[in-house]
Amino acid sequence: MRDISMERVNATRERILNIIKSPTLTHEQKLTNLANQADSLMEVLDLPDGLDELLNAPIDRKCICDLNEGHAPVRPRYIVPDYAKFMKEGSEFLQLAPPTDLYEALNSLLIFYKHVPSVTNYPVYVGQLDELLEPFIDTVDEAQARKMLKLFMTHMDRTVLDSFSHGNIGPRPTKAGRLLLEVEKELENAIPNITLKYEEGITTDEFALEAIDCALHSAKPSFANHQMFRSELGEGYAIASCYNGLLVGGGSYTLCRLILGNIAKRAKNIQDFRERELPYVLDVMARYMDARIRFEVEESGFFENHFLVKEGFIHRDRFSAMYGLVGLADCVNILLEKEGRSDRFGHDEAANELGVEIMEIIREFNDHHVNPYCEGTGGHFLLHAQVGLSDDEDVTPGTRIPIGEEPEELVDHLNVLSKFHRYFVSGTGDIFPIDVTVHRNPEYVLDIIKGSFKMNLRYLSFYSSDSDVIRITGYLVKRSEMEKLEKGQAVLQNTTELGLGAVRGGHILERKVR
Amino acid sequence: MKAVVNRIIPFSSVDGPGNRTAVFLQGCDIDCKYCHNPETRKLCVQCGVCVRNCPVGALSFDGDGKVCFAPERCIRCDSCIHVCPYDSSPRTCEMTPEEVYARVKKQIPYIRGLSVSGGECMLWPEFLTELFRLARKDGLGTLIDSNGMIPFWEYPELMDVSDGVMLDIKAFDDEDYERVTGASNQIVLDNAVYLAKTSKLYEVRAVIVPDLYDGEKSVRGMGDFLAPYLSIHDIRVKIIAYRPMGVRERYSHYQVPEPVYLKQLADILREKGFKNIAIL
Repeated sequence: MRDISMERVNATRERILNIIKSPTLTHEQKLTNLANQADSLMEVLDLPDGLDELLNAPIDRKCICDLNEGHAPVRPRYIVPDYAKFMKEGSEFLQLAPPTDLYEALNSLLIFYKHVPSVTNYPVYVGQLDELLEPFIDTVDEAQARKMLKLFMTHMDRTVLDSFSHGNIGPRPTKAGRLLLEVEKELENAIPNITLKYEEGITTDEFALEAIDCALHSAKPSFANHQMFRSELGEGYAIASCYNGLLVGGGSYTLCRLILGNIAKRAKNIQDFRERELPYVLDVMARYMDARIRFEVEESGFFENHFLVKEGFIHRDRFSAMYGLVGLADCVNILLEKEGRSDRFGHDEAANELGVEIMEIIREFNDHHVNPYCEGTGGHFLLHAQVGLSDDEDVTPGTRIPIGEEPEELVDHLNVLSKFHRYFVSGTGDIFPIDVTVHRNPEYVLDIIKGSFKMNLRYLSFYSSDSDVIRITGYLVKRSEMEKLEKGQAVLQNTTELGLGAVRGGHILERKVR
Repeated sequence: MKAVVNRIIPFSSVDGPGNRTAVFLQGCDIDCKYCHNPETRKLCVQCGVCVRNCPVGALSFDGDGKVCFAPERCIRCDSCIHVCPYDSSPRTCEMTPEEVYARVKKQIPYIRGLSVSGGECMLWPEFLTELFRLARKDGLGTLIDSNGMIPFWEYPELMDVSDGVMLDIKAFDDEDYERVTGASNQIVLDNAVYLAKTSKLYEVRAVIVPDLYDGEKSVRGMGDFLAPYLSIHDIRVKIIAYRPMGVRERYSHYQVPEPVYLKQLADILREKGFKNIAIL
């Protein structure tokens, strides 16, 4: 462990006092922030040369961002427990026998959720809910089941205080899945995020239309291209946190992101970017992630001691890491400006092609970088189109087209996305607010989903342009809660603050309505 | 073979089932007082009033005295269609079925079909037949949106390549119909029967304008008239509230019907066995 200066200690103490005195943070939020401050005093990682300049720079020059994971990771960033095993076998550590009816199943899950760590301290994955509950759904009558699911989902919304939490349903229609959609449509809660794994032919139109109807009331579920995900990760995958495809019984050690626009600023021209600046930063970030992973696996003790590992709910070799990026649009536009050209990402063929070329360089780098602890994904990280942070400025999420510059016609927008979604096995997604007239025609949305997945899009979200629950970047927040926070009142869920930041800085409410 | 095209909407959620490309052809053979896109009613006579009134110079005369439109300059202020004394638009273009289909095809695989509306698209039946032939080859659905003034039975080749018709029945009573449109509805009703019997009546609709005609009487008449055919093929009904948006000034003073009234009309149809009813 390396020494740090007294100035840094005192600056941290100042921040700790501010957290303690904060009028808007809840008690739980204070504890999380205090722990982060303690962790920030640690210096235990073997950091690669050159990292400091790229990581600890002002927001307009920072090229690598570690998304506040801390200096001494005490657990993997995202954990995706094998809940099916828990339902079948119960847990010795939690002193729970396998459930025998819907009462016990829901109660057991709610207990389990309180013991799944993550970067947010809340579970980022709450299970393949329909399949987990289907065996128990007929142990009570339908009205009773509906009421119990309503209480279950409300309990989650009020205790899992972070929208980076995700339940899955589908692809096949089930009674449990249908009831969950009915309940969520009524509750209009922000948490958890829900994804319908959709595959034409397996998911019936009827079930998909119920999901769309729910999405236009409560901004969820989102729709994942099941055929695509299972061809890459196998059937045993889950969508966790924002929209991250990860292995069930595993997860992601870490997520760092490249801020591509700022890397472009370092380059003299396109050639310099391609041949020098980008490869340099790609290498530093990969080695930084290697160092984080090494500490987690070899030193933190997590994989030796946590009950999730000991009881086989997660396996070290099912973990991978997410190699993230933001600002492909910014990067392309900056590089073209440096060449004296006015082509814009999302609109001009040459700009889109440059975007593809950059993605190919990143994919090729990742295909050749080997991490010994990512066995589950062939020894490589998984690319991830990160959705942004609330304090990002002039940073476009992932490979999205900037808000305000969306192509006039949705078909042109989708055709641009179809070039980029394929790269991001551990997640990417695009979001479309839909005009309310569609409430009368959910088949319109279904046709767009079917066509998009044929065009290799990976993940789509829709919400009604007048809905209270809205999708910020990858997570859900209520407009009404953001209004409370804006007035200086404390709010229950941590992500409301992120949402408000994104609304102010990211123009979230100005997305083109489709 | 060419038709005058007013507009092509790549993704439409309101012109038939699912997501469809909607093509609007220019010209109409009746004159509905509540018409909400009157600029589609007539062909351009090249008078040039719009050229003089365009604030950004997007309109001009070519060497032959024809009005030319430069879309890249247009700011969509709609001045041209507001000043047009002939219920037309300078922003139309003559296109072949192949040219229109090239614009439709771009939306595959996101759309399930194509709907052609107007104006009145049945003024261009040969064009429609050819366009639908092309669409069918790629597996797209083909729907006609029509006022039903032209007998469909006279165009068997077109019927062969059409999935069906969305028929605007408007007022059921002939006198009311004449007050609304200036024409008789005899052929419209004959068309309704012909289409219903051949399973091609996908949808009927009526715009409800309480000031113009008795909506309840009309909906009852339409319901009784069509209910016998429900056993052949389901008929969707759209009840649409009159709204002043886009309506010519002299007709834009009618009262907008209350939602509760429209619901009552839907209930009347439900009692008569109609299941698929939408209120817009």
